[in-house]
Amino acid sequence: MRNPFVMDCGEFHVNYKQDMAIWKITRVRLRVFILLAVFAVFPMFASDYIIGLATLCGIAAIGAIGLNILTGFTGQISIGVGAFLGVGGYTSAILTAKLGLSFWIAMPTAGIVTAIVGGLFGLPSLRLKGLYLAIATLAAQVIILFVISRWDALTGGTAGMVLSRPELGSFVFYSERSYYYLMFVVLVITAIFTLNLFRSRVGRAFIAVRDRDVAAEVMGIDLFKYKVLAFIVSSFFVGIAGALLGHYTMVVSPELYSITVSIEYLAIILVGGLGSVFGSIYGAVFITLLPVVLRSGVEMMSGVFPDLSAVLIGMKEVVFGLVIILFLIYEPQGLAKIWKNIKDYFKLWPFSY
Amino acid sequence: MTFFLQMLVTGIVVGSVYALVALGFVLIYKSSDAINFAQGEFLLIGTYVCLTLITAYNIPFAAALLIALMFSAVLGFVIERIVLRPFIGEPVISMIMATIGLSSVLAGIVHIIWGHETRVFPKIFSEQPVNLGEIVIAPVYLWSLLIVVVMLVIFTLFFKYSKLGIAMRATADDQQAAMSMGISVKMIFAVAWAIAAIVSAVGGILLGNINGVNASLSAIGLKVLPVAILGGLDSIPGAIIGGLIIGILESLTGGYLDPLVGGGLKEVMPFVILVFILMFKPYGLFGKKEIERV
Repeated sequence: MRNPFVMDCGEFHVNYKQDMAIWKITRVRLRVFILLAVFAVFPMFASDYIIGLATLCGIAAIGAIGLNILTGFTGQISIGVGAFLGVGGYTSAILTAKLGLSFWIAMPTAGIVTAIVGGLFGLPSLRLKGLYLAIATLAAQVIILFVISRWDALTGGTAGMVLSRPELGSFVFYSERSYYYLMFVVLVITAIFTLNLFRSRVGRAFIAVRDRDVAAEVMGIDLFKYKVLAFIVSSFFVGIAGALLGHYTMVVSPELYSITVSIEYLAIILVGGLGSVFGSIYGAVFITLLPVVLRSGVEMMSGVFPDLSAVLIGMKEVVFGLVIILFLIYEPQGLAKIWKNIKDYFKLWPFSY
Repeated sequence: MTFFLQMLVTGIVVGSVYALVALGFVLIYKSSDAINFAQGEFLLIGTYVCLTLITAYNIPFAAALLIALMFSAVLGFVIERIVLRPFIGEPVISMIMATIGLSSVLAGIVHIIWGHETRVFPKIFSEQPVNLGEIVIAPVYLWSLLIVVVMLVIFTLFFKYSKLGIAMRATADDQQAAMSMGISVKMIFAVAWAIAAIVSAVGGILLGNINGVNASLSAIGLKVLPVAILGGLDSIPGAIIGGLIIGILESLTGGYLDPLVGGGLKEVMPFVILVFILMFKPYGLFGKKEIERV
């Protein structure tokens, strides 16, 4: 039997099949399955509060994977995610509350509607790039939010709408635990789909567009088609995340989808790692838990510094901004890269030369 | 007709402030290829410093303005040195996220120090409205317009005749060539950030005199984006003309269309214009077209 503590000192693939595999070696596959099992079992033992946090992290991760497809893999910067989340949430709210459709139809429809809206705002991406595109998506954010908060008849205006939890037969996903599993299944499907997407022609084309779009066009990639497609695929997942979030918090209102949310999602993929599916998940956990940890830290310190809680909101912003800047300066490839560095270190440990 | 003129004048005044803030924005883009999402926070900090000097320390307005501007310049210098220097030559998204992070940090600091409530400037300009034919204008508007025009003239002269201004234009034109002629490009970047902070502070103080000061003033930082895009990100005359166009359109929308839809359209209008402009002229009215080679 092999010594379980010995690591391979590198990955050596001798045929294409091995090179294209999602999990290059069997042990990695085993590790992924164990990890999945841990996350599937952990709600049995955790408190409702923890499970709730985990659900929020997971939903953020779905949206972040969506955004990462666009920004991390295709290189099209979008500052409009907040509004696209809103489109997803509102579509699902309108379909379930006004038309009485079931959640199981409303959620995919929310994804499709968001994909269409996303594709529409992706149309300028052919002529715009970099900064100009970022600002065009910012315009999308402002315009969509305006439409949502003004179209009173459809969206309930600034008051928002109330949603119900999804039902499956006679079972209602009321408990934190059941909703966690719903999120978990969607997250796993999203992750697997995205991992596979980048093994396919379309995914490779996305990456080529990111690396050098003019060169990609010369090689026969239809830039317009793939850029818009990236917007569509990305927005689809963001819409799904929006629908899940709406049914979880059971309320949608315009201020939940402000530009702050867009920036938070950008921070997630940046901190997690641009162009990394697992990075999006790490980043989602990191950014979602950051304010929670900060708040409990302030509560612990409140005995020593009683004024601290008054400045909590300001402090949150400062810490959030600092995290972004420090990551950009010291590890621009994010948590995914840090994790990889740790693994690489132990691959050759203790003789790392 | 009177109503129209009234709206037009308001638009021109607000637009001129936009033009001023957009000028700082364009300067940074021209010199260092960075979009500064923290422009609104520069504006906020400059305004609050000036306000605090006046209300808490009873310093006369002119002196307070001067100190606030000096403070802004130092702030711009320091921020360029600490935060932005590592990102020279990095991909666009790094630059965008760095300034977004910066804006979050600055906004947090403003919240911690000055809190959330709206404050008003003590009345500096007389309140007696001025009659110009049929339209009535508050003196603060006239003063704003005057100050902005003076600032714009100063900057035009600065870029045209001063050594530093010429060096900045050279750097914007071709960094490598400028460097080989002995211009310190890093110094130019720092000056650009300092100027951007100064013009934002002036813009903020003027708007603060018109509308009062609170944290939402930093939203101007976002509104300046359509202005800069409309004129072309790398064109200084573009920023001025774009500012006036957006200001006037915004004011007219607020006057004529907002009552029809129940308000709020005024805030969105610049962005709607922005989308249309980008569809037809991706580099704005006066922006330089980039030619790409593989």
